[in-house]
Amino acid sequence: MELRFSAEDLAFQKEVRTFLKENLPAGLLDRSDRGLHPLKEDIVAWQKVLHNKGWIAPNWPVEYGGTGWSLTRKYIYDREYFLSGAPQTISFGLRMVGPVIFSFGTQEQKDTYLQDILESNTWWCQGFSEPGSGSDLASLSTRAVRDGDAYVINGQKIWTTFAHWADMMFCLVRTKSDCKPQEGISFILIDMNSPGVEVRPIVGLDLDHTLNEVFLDNVRVPVQNLIGEENKGWTYAKFLLGNERSGIARVARSQYQLAKLKQIAGVEHQGNGLLIDDASFRSQIARIEIELKALEAMELRYLSQEIAGRKLTAETSILKIRGAEIIQAIRSLTVTALGPYGLAYEPDDVFRRRNDGPIGPEHLHGAMADHLYQRAATIYGGTNEIQRNIVAKAIAG
Amino acid sequence: MDFELSQEQIMLRDSVVRFVQDHYDFAQRKALAQTVLGHSDENWKIFAEMGWLALPFAEENGGLGGQAVDVAVLTEALGSGITLEPLFSSALLGGRMVETLGSDTQKSAIIPSVLAGETKLALAYSEPNARFVLTYVETTAERSGEGFVLNGRKSVVLQAASADRIIVVARTSGGVADAKGLSAFVVDAEASGLRRQDYPTVDGQRASDLWLENTPGELLGAEGCAAPALNAVIDAATCAVCAEAVGVMQAVLDITKEYVSTRKQYGRAIGDNQVVQHRLVDMSIALEEAKAITEMTAMQLDEGVPDISAQISAMKVKVGDAARFVGGQGLQLHGGIGMTDEYPVGHYYKRLMAIEAMFGDTNHHLNHFASAI
Ligand SMILES: Cc1cc2nc3c(=O)[nH]c(=O)nc-3n(C[C@H](O)[C@H](O)[C@H](O)COP(=O)(O)OP(=O)(O)OC[C@H]3O[C@@H](n4cnc5c(N)ncnc54)[C@H](O)[C@@H]3O)c2cc1C
Repeated sequence: MELRFSAEDLAFQKEVRTFLKENLPAGLLDRSDRGLHPLKEDIVAWQKVLHNKGWIAPNWPVEYGGTGWSLTRKYIYDREYFLSGAPQTISFGLRMVGPVIFSFGTQEQKDTYLQDILESNTWWCQGFSEPGSGSDLASLSTRAVRDGDAYVINGQKIWTTFAHWADMMFCLVRTKSDCKPQEGISFILIDMNSPGVEVRPIVGLDLDHTLNEVFLDNVRVPVQNLIGEENKGWTYAKFLLGNERSGIARVARSQYQLAKLKQIAGVEHQGNGLLIDDASFRSQIARIEIELKALEAMELRYLSQEIAGRKLTAETSILKIRGAEIIQAIRSLTVTALGPYGLAYEPDDVFRRRNDGPIGPEHLHGAMADHLYQRAATIYGGTNEIQRNIVAKAIAG
Repeated sequence: MDFELSQEQIMLRDSVVRFVQDHYDFAQRKALAQTVLGHSDENWKIFAEMGWLALPFAEENGGLGGQAVDVAVLTEALGSGITLEPLFSSALLGGRMVETLGSDTQKSAIIPSVLAGETKLALAYSEPNARFVLTYVETTAERSGEGFVLNGRKSVVLQAASADRIIVVARTSGGVADAKGLSAFVVDAEASGLRRQDYPTVDGQRASDLWLENTPGELLGAEGCAAPALNAVIDAATCAVCAEAVGVMQAVLDITKEYVSTRKQYGRAIGDNQVVQHRLVDMSIALEEAKAITEMTAMQLDEGVPDISAQISAMKVKVGDAARFVGGQGLQLHGGIGMTDEYPVGHYYKRLMAIEAMFGDTNHHLNHFASAI
């Protein structure tokens, strides 16, 4: 057991820290600090900055434009990235479909899509969930039928985050039904501008628009857009969801937001005192911080197992369960820190149009929006109940 | 000892349930929450006609002489519809301050029209630096000619934008944190030097921050006596809002039970999973506890038990914890659909979050209870 990083790793850490500090745009950081979703043009511009630096795809192999970093370097980078306060880069291209394309795609698909993902020229969305198929994703019923050199696709996707900004959707479709559900699914790439694709907004609890329904009505998709083999889509989807789960604990992001919470408690008055001096409020912060320390230790321990060559299974579920619960605790206590002002709420677009100044303290805006949005942290990417089922199976042996 | 409802209370509850059925289906509520006013004056008339506004007031002031247990029956039943009308600000807060503090002349000038739903009141007591400390008041009132002028800032004043008159708590003597030296004033909504910043609250209601600059106000009752009245009024309102939370939680539980019995994944209802059943059981237990301690507290209020404040805090802590758990798990068991504005469960969740932050949050009341040990 060894706690310290090597001198080279430490130098790398410093380089990352300095670069982020010097280049992260203030407007992007402010929205991220508040817990507001980035604006499309801001996050795209920022991703281009990271691409120019060569850091946009730490988990891609060098031959496809990745960094070729060791697991330790990737860990250091991620940690510094989130401790800088920067918002996560959008996963759909970089962490989800990109790796699927370079792992299972044809040369033509690699040539067509990878560079635009690295340069953030194409916005992708994830068309997996359907109204009838959430946790039980394999039961999905959107159907693709081969017709000459195209598939004709009919069905509906739901909860499709940022589909309204997307150029492309990677999608799971049913190509066979007289078999086990998992064995009749294909993975296909759909141009969102195709005739028959209709995106309808879903307004969230936070009264913001990130979610959508995507209706597919006789959408013709060229057969070249099929990934790998027909009816093998479930394998690629599992590979993708496995990638989605790396960094799932969100330790550094939670540490950053916990530090923000302490700052807020340090300026919130409580009569003659400050909230941070309230012993029981401090204990609540302390308890979360201790949970977070355990999560961090657990993540590092699993990382070292990975470096030693062991394959993780239930461990990623454990990280996801605790990571999501801790994020929710932090964001909920942040609203609590606002006291009576925790009641005030206006969605971001309305707030920005106010002409009589911000409501309440400067740090109010965004706290409730993110508290509400983070309720989904225990739902998306496999609910906490489903994650617990996975762990249950694993420990039952 | 008797936790059973009386005949009158059952009638009261049934009339509210009918009102909610007729006027507060989900689509109606959503539309109302999006209007400028944020509630309905038609509904408000019904509140008055049904005697709900008169319920907490003494008979000698034209009220129905209802007690805390009666008010709890009313607010719990309203909770199932998460109604938006300003029952709290106008009757349970503003109106009750007038009743508790006002002179006979003031009472007869104000209360009848509040009960009739013709005048709406709001109560401005909290301030940005006070957090939940009721007696921490920086806003001042000074004599000026016949009356008083007020200076300062009030925060998160519920339903101030629709109020005709605002009852403002201000300091006439003492230091900012002294319990002594607080007085209450009737301030006209149109008074000079009064500026408002209006905003919606997370639960679809309305609130405002107020800036008072040499704003004229009429002293309510005697000078320097507002603190005990404010405490008593807020205690009673806390009990009423906890009862509302009980009604809201019951609705969350009902909606969730219904959902998990119809939503199918892996070929069966999600409610067939034992882990989901146990979750519902824990939600029910939390609700049962919250309901019991709220009813108990209401009865103690009516008994006039001395030093009720620790009991109020115990209730608020228990209800706050239950609200978080029941609300949060209600969302969780819905999966994605619970995260949307189109589906009711999230609206109940948001009301529960608001209630948790009203009249002292869990942390505040836990501290208060601890200090009373
Ligand atoms: C904010 C947000 C963003 C999302 N973004 C995307 C996206 O971009 N693309 C996409 O494809 N999808 C996306 N999703 C969908 C997400 O993956 C699903 O919501 C999730 O898989 C759960 O499915 P469901 O909503 O249908 O809930 P259900 O599967 O219906 O589950 C409802 C409840 O039942 C529980 N449950 C279900 N089965 C069991 C069981 N066997 N045992 C115990 N409990 C069970 C669940 O844990 C949950 O609490 C997003 C969701 C949210 C909330």
